[in-house]
Amino acid sequence: MELIDLTLIWVLLIGFGVFMYVLMDGFDLGVGILFPFAPDEESRDLMMNSVAPVWDGNETWLILGGAGLLAAFPMIYAVFLPALYIGVFLLLAGLIFRGVAFEFRFKATTGKKWWNVAFFGGSTVASFAQGAVIGSYVQGFNVVDGRYVGGAFDWLTPFTLMTGLGVVAGYALLGVTWTIMKTEGKTQDWAFKLAPKLLGVVLLFFVLVSAWTPLTNERVMARWFDHVNWLWLFPATTLIFAAWVFYKLKQRSDIAPFIGSMILFSMFYLGILISMWPLAVPPNYTFWDAASDPGSQLFLLIGFMFLIPIVLGYTAWTYWVFRGKVTAGAGYAGH
Amino acid sequence: MELDPLFISRVQFAFVVSFHAIFPVFTIGLASYIALLEAIYYKTDDPSWLKLSKFWTKIFAIVFGMGVVSGIVMAFQFGTNWSNFSYSASNFLGPILAYEVVTAFFLEATFLGVLLFGREKVPRGLHLFAACMVALGTFVSSFWILSANSWMQTPAGVEMVDGMIQMTSWTQAIFNSSFPYRFAHVALASFITGGFVVAGVSAWYLLRGRHGDIAEKALKMCVIMLAIATPLQLLSGDMHGLNTLEEQPVKVAAMEGNWETGPNVPLLLFAIPDMANETNHLELGIPNGASLILKHSADGVVPGLKSVPPEERPPVGVTFWSFRLMVAIGTLMILVSLTAAFKLWRGTLYQSSGLLRIFSLMIPLPFVAVVAGWFVTEVGRQPWIIQGMMTVGEGLTPSLTGWMALVTLLGYIAVYAVVFAAGLHYLRKVIVAGPDEVEHAHAQITGTPKRPWSAVGGEFEAPAGAGRS
Ligand code: HDD
Ligand code: HEM
Ligand code: HEM
Repeated sequence: MELIDLTLIWVLLIGFGVFMYVLMDGFDLGVGILFPFAPDEESRDLMMNSVAPVWDGNETWLILGGAGLLAAFPMIYAVFLPALYIGVFLLLAGLIFRGVAFEFRFKATTGKKWWNVAFFGGSTVASFAQGAVIGSYVQGFNVVDGRYVGGAFDWLTPFTLMTGLGVVAGYALLGVTWTIMKTEGKTQDWAFKLAPKLLGVVLLFFVLVSAWTPLTNERVMARWFDHVNWLWLFPATTLIFAAWVFYKLKQRSDIAPFIGSMILFSMFYLGILISMWPLAVPPNYTFWDAASDPGSQLFLLIGFMFLIPIVLGYTAWTYWVFRGKVTAGAGYAGH
Repeated sequence: MELDPLFISRVQFAFVVSFHAIFPVFTIGLASYIALLEAIYYKTDDPSWLKLSKFWTKIFAIVFGMGVVSGIVMAFQFGTNWSNFSYSASNFLGPILAYEVVTAFFLEATFLGVLLFGREKVPRGLHLFAACMVALGTFVSSFWILSANSWMQTPAGVEMVDGMIQMTSWTQAIFNSSFPYRFAHVALASFITGGFVVAGVSAWYLLRGRHGDIAEKALKMCVIMLAIATPLQLLSGDMHGLNTLEEQPVKVAAMEGNWETGPNVPLLLFAIPDMANETNHLELGIPNGASLILKHSADGVVPGLKSVPPEERPPVGVTFWSFRLMVAIGTLMILVSLTAAFKLWRGTLYQSSGLLRIFSLMIPLPFVAVVAGWFVTEVGRQPWIIQGMMTVGEGLTPSLTGWMALVTLLGYIAVYAVVFAAGLHYLRKVIVAGPDEVEHAHAQITGTPKRPWSAVGGEFEAPAGAGRS
């Protein structure tokens, strides 16, 4: 298998999977983060109904990320999870509470407010934990012979705290622009008011993280500052798109802010990959060191070539079925 | 006090996986049932099928939700607590679990949205299609995960090179020798679980004189299915046991509580195994029973626990008693289903309040049998994580400390206790409220003249409203 570089293909595939996850689960986690700030209970019903039919499919990309890593880059799987042991527990506990809140909240009468709290708390904790994972990837791990040897809280530093909060803000932005797209009336008015403020917060985090990352990490510093290069196009485009989203929010455009926020997120994401490339388990192991057997990579690749397009096809179809604005009385009230 | 990360991880894994296992086993059976109801409704246009389907879909949504969130925990447990095992076995387990995600989880999760929320948004045929895809997804999912689990019990198609599993044959590994038996046994267990729950709830309605029309329909379907499935479960369990005798003789020795390898081994009905002294106390058994079942002759030689050194023996008491519990429940199920089928044939089933009461009391039993079955399988293969290749101790995450494992174990217990209590509460609420009146106008019109039970039609509406209060 020298003709094609399977590992490189898998980097792209896993990158695509994680990317899909961040974009798709990002907005439904964001809806949860915004829950307590919604104007009233009716808006909360609408917001929840807008993601109820799709959240489970969105979250499946996370499981694909986990299983895909085990299949293609087992070292990442076997280092990140032990290193982030406590953080992973928080992530899962958050996902459990927000997941059951969908069903339970609509069945509840007196307990409804508790499931509001569970939905908000679960979504926020899960988002924070994901941000901390990204932060600890940039930070690196204490690994000997491919095994994690550090302590339980090595991952928890001021830097990861900040990336964690950054992702909470970012998902909230995706959530609020999604709400703009899917609702009308007072819920939408509220979302239009909140969105520019959130965009400001997200940009603040973007600047902070961009400044801090090279300072904590010499390799990243070298990548961006050693020779002036085309990489600077990425932060530049990010800022241009941010300005575009501001403008579109002012114009009260329905769909553009959501699309713009998605693009912003993609840019952040590419920026991090560029900073870290080609490291899979920093500081010492590249994607090629972390890869599984070529036979296993190929066995799975053949199936993925056929199956992923099918999955994307029916996923797109459900988004089409549930297109348009959600209205009171649809969704949970109906089933 | 020194906390042992290995022991706590085992307890943690056993806890989270047992918790997860009780949901799929119900949703797999129920998904097929809902698809069947939708198909009958599609063909007959009779609204009582729609009413049944809507009711069970509500239950399904709650249980499925709990299955999904507890399943996500499982996907990460391998990495957090058993990272050495995951790393070594990644060449096989990775692709298998990834195939499960793309062939099953996406299918279930995506079409579930259409099944639950799309009834008014897509044509009826597509809605039926979505129900079928969800049901298919649950089976495909059990195919992959049971293949992975069976491979850990009876590894094939691989070799261990420098601590890494390398593939020699994908087909041998996926279709390893215990897989067909395990798949059949678990699939039947799912139908049996779904069947006993639907039957139990329907019997409960009949006893209370509520929803008589549709409760009778549902009970009848379940009784016919169960009368076929429960004897088959005995058969599949027997064949599964014979396979285990070949592949994991020590597990069978523990299941039978048999210490010495030899002929004329009795089938023990009661015993208190004592691992320290390598013997049983208070034995009560059927002479030659185990030899007869396992070797089909009274002087058949049955393996004993003493054939391996003490450190390679599984915990005998748990294996022995879990096995008895499962088989006892299985036998009871056969008796109850056959009696009910007989009464159905005689036309007295719906009036036999004794049998109806037994059905409604039996609702928890399939879940107990399923967890007991997994305990036999999993505890009985200790100390191996991959039979004959890697022990559970070797598979543990090296950086894991006792307190980390303990804190997260307590965390999972707390989280699951809340989720489980709330889930049961809402399930009870949905069941007490009962099936709604069907609001589908078209169905109402075409349906009414077809209802031969319109005599009880008046009582149809009232309780649904009454139950809500
Ligand atoms: C006999 C079948 C069976 C068994 C032994 C297991 N599961 Fe399971 N699992 C299912 C059958 C199933 C299912 C029927 O497909 C579920 C149940 C409810 C659901 O949503 O899908 C599911 C859900 C489910 C999910 C969520 C999928 C989603 O988002 O839709 C994950 C990640 C796992 N499981 C992973 C596991 C792991 C790692 C297991 C091994 C210990 C495991 N399951 C045992
Ligand atoms: C869903 C049903 C299942 C149940 C209820 C179950 C139950 C259990 C139990 C009770 C143990 C503990 C045995 C002991 O330590 O004495 C165990 C161990 C284990 N099982 Fe399963 N199991 C299930 C499915 C699976 C599957 C599908 C896999 C793998 C693909 C798996 C992998 C393991 C591993 C890695 C261990 C070793 C850790 C340990 O000893 O606790 N199990 N399981
Ligand atoms: C009727 C008599 C039954 C017999 C003789 C029987 C036999 C067996 C045997 C021998 C095993 C262990 C497989 C191994 O060696 O690894 C097993 C496992 C299991 N049993 Fe049963 N069983 C019976 C009834 C049931 C019932 C009624 C249920 C549930 C409704 C059930 C659910 C399970 C499950 C979930 C497992 C673990 C998965 C597996 O390894 O197949 N069994 N059974």
